[in-house]
Amino acid sequence: MILQLLLLPLIGAIAVWLSGDKWASRVALFFTLAEMVLTFSAYQSYSSTGEAFYFFREWITAPKVSLHFAADGLTIAMLLLTNFLLPLIVLTTFNREISNRRSYFALMLAMQFALVGVFMAMDGLLYYIFWELALIPIYFIALLWGGANRIQVTLKFFIYTLGGSLLMLFGFIALYWYNPAHSFDIRELYNNKVCDCNQGWLFWMFFIAFAIKIPIVPFHTWQADTYKEAPTQGTMLLAGIMLKMGTYSLIRWLLPILPSGVAEWGPLAITLSVIGIVYASIIAIMQRDLKRLFAYSSVAHVGLIAAGIFSLNIQGLQGSVVQMLAHGVNVIGLFFCADIIYNRVQTNNIDELGGIRNIAPKFNTLFLIVVLGSVALPLTNGFIGEFMLLYGVYSYNTWLAVFATLTIILGAVYMLRMFQHTMLGNITDKVKVFTDLKWNEWLVLGIIAVVIFATGLYPKPILDLTEPVISAIQKQSLIK
Amino acid sequence: MDNMTFDFVPYITPTLLILLSPFIGFAINGLLGKRVPNPLSGWIATLAVAISFVCSVMLFVNVPTGSFTIDLFDWITFGNTAISFGFQVDPLTITMLLVITGIGSLIHLYSISYMHDDEGFTRFFTYLNLFIFFMLILVMGNNYLMMFIGWEGVGLSSYLLIGFWFKNNEYNNAAKKAFIMNRIGDFGFLLGMFFMLFYFGTLNYDGIIDAAKSLESGNGIITAIGILLFIGAMGKSAQLPLSTWLPDAMAGPTPVSALIHAATMVTAGIYMVVRSNVLYALSPTAMSVVLVAGVITCVYGAVIGLMQNDIKKVLAYSTVSQLGLMFAALGVGAFSSGMFHVVTHAFFKALLFLGSGSVIHALHGEQDIRKMGGLSKYTKITYLTFLIGSLAISGIFPFAGFFSKDEILAHAFEHNKLVWGILSASAMLTAFYMFRLVYLTFSGSFRGTEETKKHIHESPLLMTVPLILLAILSVIGGFMGLPQGLGFTNKFADYLDYVTAPGNKILSATSHHISHTTEIILMTLAFTLAVVSILYARKKYVSNKELPHVEGEMLPSTRKIVYHKFYIDEIYEKIFVKPVMVLSDLFLVLIDKLVIDLIVNATALITGATGKMLKLIQTGNTGFYLFAMVLGTILLFIIRLFV
Repeated sequence: MILQLLLLPLIGAIAVWLSGDKWASRVALFFTLAEMVLTFSAYQSYSSTGEAFYFFREWITAPKVSLHFAADGLTIAMLLLTNFLLPLIVLTTFNREISNRRSYFALMLAMQFALVGVFMAMDGLLYYIFWELALIPIYFIALLWGGANRIQVTLKFFIYTLGGSLLMLFGFIALYWYNPAHSFDIRELYNNKVCDCNQGWLFWMFFIAFAIKIPIVPFHTWQADTYKEAPTQGTMLLAGIMLKMGTYSLIRWLLPILPSGVAEWGPLAITLSVIGIVYASIIAIMQRDLKRLFAYSSVAHVGLIAAGIFSLNIQGLQGSVVQMLAHGVNVIGLFFCADIIYNRVQTNNIDELGGIRNIAPKFNTLFLIVVLGSVALPLTNGFIGEFMLLYGVYSYNTWLAVFATLTIILGAVYMLRMFQHTMLGNITDKVKVFTDLKWNEWLVLGIIAVVIFATGLYPKPILDLTEPVISAIQKQSLIK
Repeated sequence: MDNMTFDFVPYITPTLLILLSPFIGFAINGLLGKRVPNPLSGWIATLAVAISFVCSVMLFVNVPTGSFTIDLFDWITFGNTAISFGFQVDPLTITMLLVITGIGSLIHLYSISYMHDDEGFTRFFTYLNLFIFFMLILVMGNNYLMMFIGWEGVGLSSYLLIGFWFKNNEYNNAAKKAFIMNRIGDFGFLLGMFFMLFYFGTLNYDGIIDAAKSLESGNGIITAIGILLFIGAMGKSAQLPLSTWLPDAMAGPTPVSALIHAATMVTAGIYMVVRSNVLYALSPTAMSVVLVAGVITCVYGAVIGLMQNDIKKVLAYSTVSQLGLMFAALGVGAFSSGMFHVVTHAFFKALLFLGSGSVIHALHGEQDIRKMGGLSKYTKITYLTFLIGSLAISGIFPFAGFFSKDEILAHAFEHNKLVWGILSASAMLTAFYMFRLVYLTFSGSFRGTEETKKHIHESPLLMTVPLILLAILSVIGGFMGLPQGLGFTNKFADYLDYVTAPGNKILSATSHHISHTTEIILMTLAFTLAVVSILYARKKYVSNKELPHVEGEMLPSTRKIVYHKFYIDEIYEKIFVKPVMVLSDLFLVLIDKLVIDLIVNATALITGATGKMLKLIQTGNTGFYLFAMVLGTILLFIIRLFV
């Protein structure tokens, strides 16, 4: 199962590239759907038997690196997110003009391969390779299909993330060195902790790498520009899935491996995260460009996810998983709505928009549902995560929670303001040419809307899926 | 409070049907949209609520006082905590159910006619059913998180309905303001829930009551919870300082003002406090906060009501004031009196709003009372029913408001003479501004244009029948709560006793009762003051034919402040809205662009310089290297996977 899950996207990437421009999107849809079905069957099997999937083979002997893959509840949750969103992302390209299609879709599938690898790799170096690998397709997607400032912006993005990765590589080498077993294997890293004296600085090696990817304020300034300049699907991959590499890695690779480092620096990390929530929300209020606004709103949301993780309690950690999935779905919905608007009226500036609701009632309803999910209205997916996360932060520290909970007010402020300027009021000149949803847009947003309510009303399957792994990791991360 | 001994299984289906029926109505109209022909969607929506009403009556008649719960499934679980998606039926819930579905049905019916030529007819009823659905969840949940679903859900419906005419940006602003101010309240509500979850390990009403009972009165945790929950109540029930959204909310169609912003949603805060009566009874501090906010809001609303010229705005400030009165009742520990006023107020305020709708309808959209006058001749039913509503709210015997208001005043007198004094004064002001409204609207001669005058007409039956029914309720509604102090049985208080008893029991140690004579004196006094106010309004606006000032006319400073609603909106704009906007730009330009990016660019510059030196040795492009590296790794990796 592991190998199939891992290699199907890679085969897909090659198949897409070979199939040529005309068939590329359809072949891509086929492979991403197949991968999705495969992931659901993995989920089925895991939730009925409780047995994690596992693959192990020696790879390099000196230094000792092995092909160790596994899919437990946490990984399966991340795979569900990735592999459920990929076909949706492919679907968003239908009815759109894209140049050099076969390369575009091949890169998307290559990206999927790398993401699946990141979530399943259980050997430090192997994980690192996938982590770096994921950067490459998205780099080219942004560079070759991006907007006017793409070269400059992509460079900034690349330097930022590469800088972080370098620190992480350093960290892994140090872990290998200090570890009595001299191994990158996660089991060894979990069981043989490095000396407390080294955990403090090692914490920063990993934290900065993850904080850039997530991003946590003040490591976030690459994000808004990149999201704006990247093509829509690139932004979706980045915001929907790739940033979860960071939050996932905090849980999998930071908390349990460096508990003393977390005990020492976690308070600072959670404070930064909480400051980031309010800071980014406030910036979001005055953004004129839809994509930049969503980017800052995303910083606020993932800041809360990070805060929940560093609260080190079960509600915060479980909430973070739920919110990773919810945020992935919602942010893709939001960026797709921005794309739908841009595609028709060639602007994402809210000053030039307005009154779209008059022309496109269907779009209005679905957009509103995504907005509601993102402002965490109860019975939407966003609420479950936000409630648990905020309660996690509360259980950690009351005053931090008071500050973090401001997000529910500020979120409503910038989202409703955006929605009003874009959709309500009288039709502006620019908007006159607007047309209501095409079939693929309707389908994608419809599916997202259903998921928003379904997981908001009944989140139990997700909570049950990750509870055993998360509570085990939580116990690992607390120093006795 | 365990499930009662009687067999409640037969009532599960009707209970769930109460909830499901409006949802189905919402789904039908929402999914079919304009494909449902115009009046039909209104009838579907009305029927949906009427079914809920019938089921509610069934519960009221058959379920003995007590409670039963239905847990559908575990909603949110983590560690040892499980928050259920569950419902609870007890006298408090049934009381609210009857008000929501009963008045709700009438207002739906009224709306079929009121909204008949609106292009968003079906959409209107879709939202209205959605509102009822969430309002029912709010009062039917068996834990605070369920209440919160309803709480935010009605906030959403309110947002959608205030901004129903979404082409108008002023209305959109009002809708946004309502949602955000409610969110400020919800901020407190959420934190209150975190406290409860943390210290009591549950959000279930029963569990909280059991856990709280074992705590000392004045416990800090309980006080924190009480105040935080009350912040939620201040948002939803428009209490100072979160009151300013409610008058703006009048931008919505008038039936919405009647249903959501007068009879039901805005009373959710009172429901919440009554539901949490044990917590408040255990915290004198939280009770004082409720009392003070209630009293101040009560007089604030009444004072502003004196100078408003928009018929709906007068009623809106009146609602703010009446809600303050209800909170004042809760603040002195008179939980059932507060609820009693919720019910009677729902009757007469819904009546007054629908009546104002009928007036606006007759005048083709005119809302300024300076351009009305003499309407009693043209719209007899509207006039008579509006008069009844005004008598009821003014506290004239034997109309409904007399009993509920008097009960509150008596309790206030027991508790604190100053509170009683302020509330009585507010009651006086209420009688005055209501009759100012009545006289300016219905007596004298018409002050609008000749063109409008020609078209003045009484509203059709679909609108007048609800008015008549609500008028009847406003006349007889008070008799369910006859004053106990005079030896009558207060059926309403007895019915609610099952819910309020735990709180009352804690408080009874400190309460003292007033004598028959005092109570009779108080009643007579309140009644006399109301009559005097009405007569004064009559002298001013009927005999002396005074008119409110016209726009732009200079006012003496005190009156100017009142006319401008104490400039609260302007102050908020200056101290909250503007600073946040400035901060937003500042963060972006100063911190993001200047400080952080400077550091990043410096790093990049150094990297770039190093890169240029390396370039002397190697001359490829990055892209190629990357690909070579990736390809190599993948190859290595695949070979190993299979060999």
